[in-house]
Amino acid sequence: MEIFNHNSNIPFLGMRKYSIAIAVFLMLASIALIATRGLNYGLDFTGGVSLVVDYAQPVQIADVRAALAKGGVAHPIVQSLGGTREVSIRLQTKDDPAAQEAGGKVNLDRISSDVLAMLHASRPDATLKSRDFVSAEVGAELKNDGSVAAVFVILGIMGYLWIRFERRFAIAAVATEIHDVLVTLGILALVQREFDMTVLASVLAVIGYSINDKVVVFDRIRELFRLARKAEPEEILNRSINNTLSRTIITSLFTGITMGALFFFGGPAVHGFAVTMLIGILVGTLSSIFVASPILLWLGVSKKDLMPVTKENPELARRP
Amino acid sequence: MSDFPRWKYALVALVMLFGVIYALPNAFIPQPAVQVTANRGAAPIDETVRQKVAAALAAQHVAAGELVVQGDHLLATFANTDVQRMGADAMKAALGDNYTVAFKLESTVPGWLRAIGARSMPLGLDLQGGVHFLMQVDQSDVLDKQESSYADDIRSLLRDKNIHYESVTRNAVPGQGIAVILRSADDRSKASDAIANAYSDLDLANGPSTGDRFVLNAVVKPDKLRSIARDTITQNLSTLRNRINALGVSEPLIQQQGENHIVVDLAGVQDPAEAKKLIGTVATLQYRPGIGQPGDPRAQEAAKTGNIPPDANLFYMRGTQIPVLVSKKIIVTGNELTNASSGVDTRNGTANVNVTLNASGAKKMLDFTSDNIGKPMAVVYVETLYDTKMVNGKEVRTPKTTETVINDAVIQGAFSNQFETNGLGSQKEASELALLLKGGAFAAPVDIVEERVIGPSLGKDNIDKGFNAVLLGLALVLLAAAVYYKLFGLVADIALFFNLVVLVAVMSLIGVTLTMPGIAGIVLTLGMAIDANVLICERVREELRNGSTPHAAIRAGYEKAWATILDANVTHLIAALALTTMGTGAIKGFGVTLMIGILTSLFTSVTLTHAFTALIHGHRKLKTLSV
Repeated sequence: MEIFNHNSNIPFLGMRKYSIAIAVFLMLASIALIATRGLNYGLDFTGGVSLVVDYAQPVQIADVRAALAKGGVAHPIVQSLGGTREVSIRLQTKDDPAAQEAGGKVNLDRISSDVLAMLHASRPDATLKSRDFVSAEVGAELKNDGSVAAVFVILGIMGYLWIRFERRFAIAAVATEIHDVLVTLGILALVQREFDMTVLASVLAVIGYSINDKVVVFDRIRELFRLARKAEPEEILNRSINNTLSRTIITSLFTGITMGALFFFGGPAVHGFAVTMLIGILVGTLSSIFVASPILLWLGVSKKDLMPVTKENPELARRP
Repeated sequence: MSDFPRWKYALVALVMLFGVIYALPNAFIPQPAVQVTANRGAAPIDETVRQKVAAALAAQHVAAGELVVQGDHLLATFANTDVQRMGADAMKAALGDNYTVAFKLESTVPGWLRAIGARSMPLGLDLQGGVHFLMQVDQSDVLDKQESSYADDIRSLLRDKNIHYESVTRNAVPGQGIAVILRSADDRSKASDAIANAYSDLDLANGPSTGDRFVLNAVVKPDKLRSIARDTITQNLSTLRNRINALGVSEPLIQQQGENHIVVDLAGVQDPAEAKKLIGTVATLQYRPGIGQPGDPRAQEAAKTGNIPPDANLFYMRGTQIPVLVSKKIIVTGNELTNASSGVDTRNGTANVNVTLNASGAKKMLDFTSDNIGKPMAVVYVETLYDTKMVNGKEVRTPKTTETVINDAVIQGAFSNQFETNGLGSQKEASELALLLKGGAFAAPVDIVEERVIGPSLGKDNIDKGFNAVLLGLALVLLAAAVYYKLFGLVADIALFFNLVVLVAVMSLIGVTLTMPGIAGIVLTLGMAIDANVLICERVREELRNGSTPHAAIRAGYEKAWATILDANVTHLIAALALTTMGTGAIKGFGVTLMIGILTSLFTSVTLTHAFTALIHGHRKLKTLSV
């Protein structure tokens, strides 16, 4: 079975003015979105309040969630604590504006009594067992670790591509990576999906996925440059994208299928992860096709940069 | 025959076998159980304890699956978590304070699998529950110590500077500072200058003077107080991390909560009793002058009659009933201890603990040992555990301090900052003690104010969903690959299935804690592992289109795809590696899963499929390929 015409020769590079313009626009829009709307940081980053509530009679988690939703709490994390009568509710302090005090302080007593009132509306047998203020699970440390990890990824990938390919490939790959991450974050900021620790992991995984995609195309570019007698860069790049097009799309589909399964069946704990990954796969696939190669062309890649190093190896030259 | 070497077939077969065997333990669902361990000083777990527990369970009509004594603990298994909880309650009531009753998940992996090191993956707190502790850090204790040490320092400073003082005392309320009483206004200003010079963290103010009493108040600056509080928490956190690392928990969550609380979530901890013991214990040493030998007539007499000399305490040698008299004077305490490590005494081969003291401790130790060579010195081990009891519906926590003498030896020579404590029972005891002493350097005492053992019911929902997502993701990709690449797709399917098996096997073998993000990592790995096969199949198709014979197409397909696969996977691996360097549990678990997945998929997607392809096509003359 074949979906794609293997002789296709879509002039992707011919559209480079438009595709790069769109990519730049998307990046700027993403930066603007992140700057204005911001990411909807989850409990992992912002901290919050944790309440343990006891019920006299067994209670359904869904009922507790419904009671809280009615009371206006946006994203409470409700979990059963090893039984049917004790639940843990975690919410963000911003979910209860009434409890905000001057100077950014939060009245925890107020939050707990507010939440208890919401629960009492449907179930009078709820009693508050303990309440705690949860400091950011990762907070500053996680943000710091996250940026260190991102820098590490970028430098590592750049170094590897520089050695295995050539400087221009390294730069093009990293530039496209930054585009992918920014646009993914921009979409998350746009739809205001909660940005928690699993989403951060997902964003970093998007880097891994999308670099995978670019390398496959780059690999073909290098191969075609080496094979071609008359190497017109634009034509080589275009052929490379077309040759790998079916692979690029099929792999994205396959990965997308698994992430879809995770989204629909993995439960709320991995929703954010799957959604972010799906966005990242889409962005990464499009940038592999439309963005990475134009940058490469713009940087001025040529056949002589890519001839195998082995030919310059005197050891080999001496051999008969 | 094809060009696929035989040893590679053997390797593929071996890896498949390895995968199946080491992934197998995960099919055995662990059983809820309750574990009873004896606290220090209690009668050891034996048949009588077992019978007592059996009787208590029978009286409460709780059905236990198995009730056995295993070494130093008693284990009872139960059919489900509800029965487990009822059983634990019955056992707690029957056994009282001297035994620790803890929830546990008992592995049901058969012995022959365990014998070859195969075990199931530990599950994270989000999948199986685990232990959750909330600890309170007693900041006032630190302030207390800090003020005491400032008072000592001021005294010696004034002595050194030849400034006469009447007294240097701490004000009754902790945090209210130190009162220095001097005899003249002149002395007071000299003292004030000297103290201000030496200790910039103290705020000095003249107090009311009456007659020849000139009061100078020294209070620790608020800035310093805040930094002390911050350091206290930081040190406690790192101490906890060290202790918990010693427990072998792979993804502990240790975080500050509020001002002076620390949360510890131990995912996959099978033995909360041990964790609790290690975390909840505040252990410290006191070096004190000994009075006579352990068990000598005077000590026996004192133990019998209760007539203890006023300057002495009567303790018992650790783990025995041998009485020993120890002076009340403390030479050096555990606070002055900077390091402790276990080792072996080169002279007699017994276990020992090497202790390093700080400067002030070293000086005191040198002073004492120089004057007392040939006299005994006792090492008192002070352990504080907190007990929570319900009194009139209110929780009352009482500290329970146990003091035992672990060593009472004759001082062989003067020593100061480095020495060893020997005479410990075993290497295990020595390392335990060293760990507690070093880790025991909690900046402030911590006690568990909340403890939750999160039952598996919480995680059951998650694990079911995760399992479904993995299976469904796998099934869909298998189907899609088979439809799109026909026979080659089927081969890729076998590889993908074994990729899952080998990934699970490696994770189990390494002991990676499976969490929900980890499951997401597995699903993602499945989606991306097929990429290598897509690359190979597309290459083979391309070669066929270019007019290659089927065999040549397979060979060229694998050869040419390999370079791409390698580059793509190495870059992906770099990204995964970065994820594993992230300190936080959840992300790390995901990164580790992804990294192992990339490595296993390299083997299964390339070598394994190549073996199967060679096996299928190798012998035959081919006109076409089903790809």
